[in-house]
Amino acid sequence: MTIAPPIKREMHVVHSRGDKVFRGIVTAGALTSLVLLGMIGAFLFARGVEVFSTSGFKFLTGSNWQAGSEDGLIPNDFSIGPMLVGTVIVSIIALMFAVPMSMAGALYLEFYAPPKARRILVGLLDLAAAIPSLIFGLWGVQVFTSFGERWSYFLADRLGWFPLFSTISDNFGRSPFVAGCVLASLVIPITTSVAREVYSRTPRELVDTCYALGGTKWGAIRTVVIPFGKSGVVGGAMLGLGRALGETIAVYLLLNINFRYTFRILESEGGNVASLIATKFGEATPDELKALVAAGFVLFVLTLTVNMVASAIVTRSTKAARA
Amino acid sequence: MQAVPTRPWEKEKSVRRRSTATLLLGALISCAIVLFTGFAGPDGWAVVLFTLAAVFTFVKGRKLQAKERKNAKAHLFILAAAIVAFTPWISIFISVAFKGIKGVRLNFFTSDMRTTTPDDFMNMGGAAHAIIGSFIMVLIATVITLPLGILSGVYVTEVRGRFSGVVRFVIQSMSGVPSIVAGLFVYTTFVDASGTFSALAGSFALGILMLPTVARTSEEVLKLVPDDLRSAGYALGARQWRSTLMIVLPTVRSGLITAGILGVARVIGETAPLLLTALSNTSFVFNPIKGPIGSLPMYIFGMLQIGTENSINRAWTGSFVLLLLVFGLFSLARFIAGKDKR
Repeated sequence: MTIAPPIKREMHVVHSRGDKVFRGIVTAGALTSLVLLGMIGAFLFARGVEVFSTSGFKFLTGSNWQAGSEDGLIPNDFSIGPMLVGTVIVSIIALMFAVPMSMAGALYLEFYAPPKARRILVGLLDLAAAIPSLIFGLWGVQVFTSFGERWSYFLADRLGWFPLFSTISDNFGRSPFVAGCVLASLVIPITTSVAREVYSRTPRELVDTCYALGGTKWGAIRTVVIPFGKSGVVGGAMLGLGRALGETIAVYLLLNINFRYTFRILESEGGNVASLIATKFGEATPDELKALVAAGFVLFVLTLTVNMVASAIVTRSTKAARA
Repeated sequence: MQAVPTRPWEKEKSVRRRSTATLLLGALISCAIVLFTGFAGPDGWAVVLFTLAAVFTFVKGRKLQAKERKNAKAHLFILAAAIVAFTPWISIFISVAFKGIKGVRLNFFTSDMRTTTPDDFMNMGGAAHAIIGSFIMVLIATVITLPLGILSGVYVTEVRGRFSGVVRFVIQSMSGVPSIVAGLFVYTTFVDASGTFSALAGSFALGILMLPTVARTSEEVLKLVPDDLRSAGYALGARQWRSTLMIVLPTVRSGLITAGILGVARVIGETAPLLLTALSNTSFVFNPIKGPIGSLPMYIFGMLQIGTENSINRAWTGSFVLLLLVFGLFSLARFIAGKDKR
């Protein structure tokens, strides 16, 4: 005789009045964040819409930023093309350094570092991820720039035939390259801790199997650890990208802004939406302010998209790792 | 005879001694190369050392099997890249500590910059007004944000309502809102409406940046509460609100405090939003609803912009204090969270 497994009883929940009030309050509190995010988008859009409607698509592509005079003799003309391109260039430079370095850093921490050094470094890494970007900027201006200029000089000297590294002037400070390097230092702690987290979830048996088959450490890393952590690392890199795209103060301190499309990353001119806002905000005319808000809206949409994609990837990969 | 436990996987002492000696020799040789040729500075030294190590590995690798050779190369590259990855922030810790500690004097914590120009000697003026301003703004931001963050944590873990997924997703994406955009938002709404820069406006901007951290941390903490506790509450006849307020939340009290502290640590160094909302000031301000107010990040930023020798020293000292604050908050959070586990 078999015993039938117990049937799961259906739960029937009736909320009392107190519970209803409680749930209402909690729901309202939780939805505040939703409303807030919506409001940020809506208000920025509402304030910037005038600029979008007058400039149209040219706002995103043109390369002129001119506040009109009050008598209307000089017309307003605002567009952020070089800023958008510059933002992307600086972020790409940052990620090109940050992603391989932080993968290596994470692999080192998980597989090579002696246990004592590992514990100390992981603790420091957590702290490093909390260093305010202002301090990265200060360090960049006061400490890193001299190194960055020397490397720029070297690159321009030896690889100047390559269009990206060609230069006209001998001024190497405050260039996209220097700003990108400092942004890379800023992103590295974040991406490294994400990558380390993912790598540490690699099933131990798989790695041990590799060793048992006569594989070396590198063999195990190449065939098991890196494929396993791929999507997590991609997600971490996207998070870093979101951070790099929206970074204001460090870029403000380390990059000269110029309204001209340029791809010479060693020259001291470039563009960045966030630091454009910080730069022009102080003495902006009312119309210019609207354009700045519109630029902020573009930045908001850009980073929001990147972050949503990133969080979707990270959630999926951690779910896959847990299953 | 007693068996002595051995560790066959560890390298023998002689091997370790030999590799240390090789490394030292390499370091010395590259030092010499840097000193006597065109390479310059610590970066040049690192490049030379790396090249030497690469040559050494390749030469030594010729005797090995292919896979061992690859392993050795990979080890070298990973180690080198990891060192490059760790150098910037270790350099930041060191430079902030050494350059900042010089200006740490009593007057830095007691006086403001009303009667002092930034270029005056470090024994005059201070950042007390900035520290107090930061404190006021962060306090207001916490008072607004902490309840909201905890509520959304409770919503996701206790109420488990229809919007749980949405709320979590929104909070996740909110953590990516650039700080300048938060500042711009508060500027276009609150500062515009009230007609003045103020500490309150600064707090709103900081609150927007703080909320995701608080909400996510409190959700993580609340998730750790075992369901048995909730069921026990119901079994005692408590309604959901009583069981949440009197059982679940008190259980994770220290975790929720940690959430608040982490949120504070996240925003205390934010500069960009304050540039648009609170601005800066050279003297003490205690009125949170009217007028520009100083803050530690804006103090550092302003001093750096001025760019004279003593003002930059002030910026370093400000950074030192700021970094100490952030790390202190982190250690506090870890200490409280650690207490909870026992």
